[in-house]
Amino acid sequence: MDMGFLFASLIDGLLLGFVFGVAAIGLTLIFGVMEVINLAHGPVIALGMFGLYFATTLLGVHPYMGTLLTAAGGLLLGILIYAIAVHRVIGAPHLSSLLATYSINMMIIGVGTALLTTSPRNIEFSLGSVTLGAATIPVTRIVAALASLLAAVALYLFMQYTRWGKFIRAVTDNRDAAELVGIPSTKVLALSFGLGTMLAAFSGALIATLFPFTILEGGKYELKSFVISVLGGLGNPMGALIGGIIIGLIEGLVPVFLPTTWVLVVEFVLFVLILLIRPTGLFGGRAH
Amino acid sequence: MKRSLWTLILPVLVVLAVGLYPLLTQQDVHRETSFTLLRAVALAASLNIILGFTGYVSFGHVVFYGLGGYVAFYLVAQKGWPFWSAVLMGGLAAALLAFLIGAGILRLRGAYFALVTIGVNEAMKAFIYNFQPFGGPVGLTMNFAVYRAYGGPRAVLWMTYHWLFIVTLIVVVVSYWIRASKFGLGLLSIREDEDAAEVMGVRTSWFKTWAFTLSAFFPGLVGAIFFFRNASIEPHDAFPLHVSIESIVMVMLGGQGTVIGPILGGIGYQWMRVFLLTNRLLKNIQLAVAGALLLIIVLFIPAGLVGWLRRRLPATRRVLL
Repeated sequence: MDMGFLFASLIDGLLLGFVFGVAAIGLTLIFGVMEVINLAHGPVIALGMFGLYFATTLLGVHPYMGTLLTAAGGLLLGILIYAIAVHRVIGAPHLSSLLATYSINMMIIGVGTALLTTSPRNIEFSLGSVTLGAATIPVTRIVAALASLLAAVALYLFMQYTRWGKFIRAVTDNRDAAELVGIPSTKVLALSFGLGTMLAAFSGALIATLFPFTILEGGKYELKSFVISVLGGLGNPMGALIGGIIIGLIEGLVPVFLPTTWVLVVEFVLFVLILLIRPTGLFGGRAH
Repeated sequence: MKRSLWTLILPVLVVLAVGLYPLLTQQDVHRETSFTLLRAVALAASLNIILGFTGYVSFGHVVFYGLGGYVAFYLVAQKGWPFWSAVLMGGLAAALLAFLIGAGILRLRGAYFALVTIGVNEAMKAFIYNFQPFGGPVGLTMNFAVYRAYGGPRAVLWMTYHWLFIVTLIVVVVSYWIRASKFGLGLLSIREDEDAAEVMGVRTSWFKTWAFTLSAFFPGLVGAIFFFRNASIEPHDAFPLHVSIESIVMVMLGGQGTVIGPILGGIGYQWMRVFLLTNRLLKNIQLAVAGALLLIIVLFIPAGLVGWLRRRLPATRRVLL
């Protein structure tokens, strides 16, 4: 086997894994706090891509500045989605929240395809590349991975040390008890949904700095986020980051041994097996 | 309250009305409309067995549709099997898949079950994509010589229509039979409280597995019929996740857990789609409008049309089930 190719492929996958991880953290955070599987996750990722596209083309800001703007937009969008579709189905049967978030998915995709069409766009942006042994790595990938890691660390610090972060953890543990001690649970739920959406949009923006995209592109990453969240334990944000890295490595490793088209087979078989054998994931999910 | 025979007659009448209309007019356009409606009804009514009666949210209904389609298509196009036996094998293959995975995945509840069904569908799609006997990413196409044995393409369109009509009728009668039987009572008890049902002596895993298997058999048949008339099959057409979700929407629209609900939901949903697609103003954003309608139903009428009627007008409970 060609060790050089293996190394290059693994580095490639690893770096992307961080970005996938951030998208999955958004999904798993929302599930952890309110037990809602957000089926609008993919379209939000795609909106993140277009957020960056318009920030760079219309406003002319630097792409990395644009990702921050996009993230802020994602936060507001998430709170809006929560208010419109999610608030009324908190605590309802799962079917209701799945369909409520899917209806948002349909609206975003419907309006998105009408306005933006489905022809691919890309952001003209390159920082050159660095050579590491046999691997030639675009610098944008390294920056994307670092930015993802920073986002995960920032989320961790926010959850551990800030007042609202503690509120979120309290509501996650026991919403009734949290309400009894005066935590504004509706605001906390809205904020959590906003944060989850923000991370999705942010990861979408980072992906847009790497690959061309269409409004339908998010579906792929939504499915990946499901796999990663389950791998790391649904409702466990830091598990999702590690899950992202694992999926990234799998995506780097599989093409070395099998045709690339088998990557998805491996991922989804793994996904089903994890759910069957250890539904709480590798690192423990939300306790029931 | 004694259940009137109308609870069976009404759903059958609705399907007969939709199915017989093109047979009377002999118009191609009516046949195509009714084909779409019957397909929606068959998918929704069969999904309702696991979703509505048993309370398990499956996003994987389309995996059975696609698998049945592939198996039947392969047998007819590559192995020269007669159409009827290939369709039957398509249904059986789907039922077998459900039976085999059912015992495992039906242990999961709520969102976890919903997620694993998405996973099964995507894993199957990705696998077929790599499975050379089924043509891999390009899929299979039908040699038109095969159609000649059935009297040419036009005759095939009518023949497959008759088949779908009969299958849809069977789905409706079976779903009535389940709802009215002790088996159905067991499923309903699982939906209401699975642990309590188990304690009361319902063999929950046996009930769930058979409900899942039955619910998978019919989309297998429908997929087999559809892709035979379609003359080609490829992975993205065979396993589109959104068809699963549309089926859920149809069940919700009409009323989950009722017999006539998914029938009305299927017809209503397709009718709405046609209306949106042919409306000059709404054509481009038909998906968004459908999404908005779905949200309104989920938020305000979660019991669906039939559930709402039964609650508001108790008199209808005798005839609507």
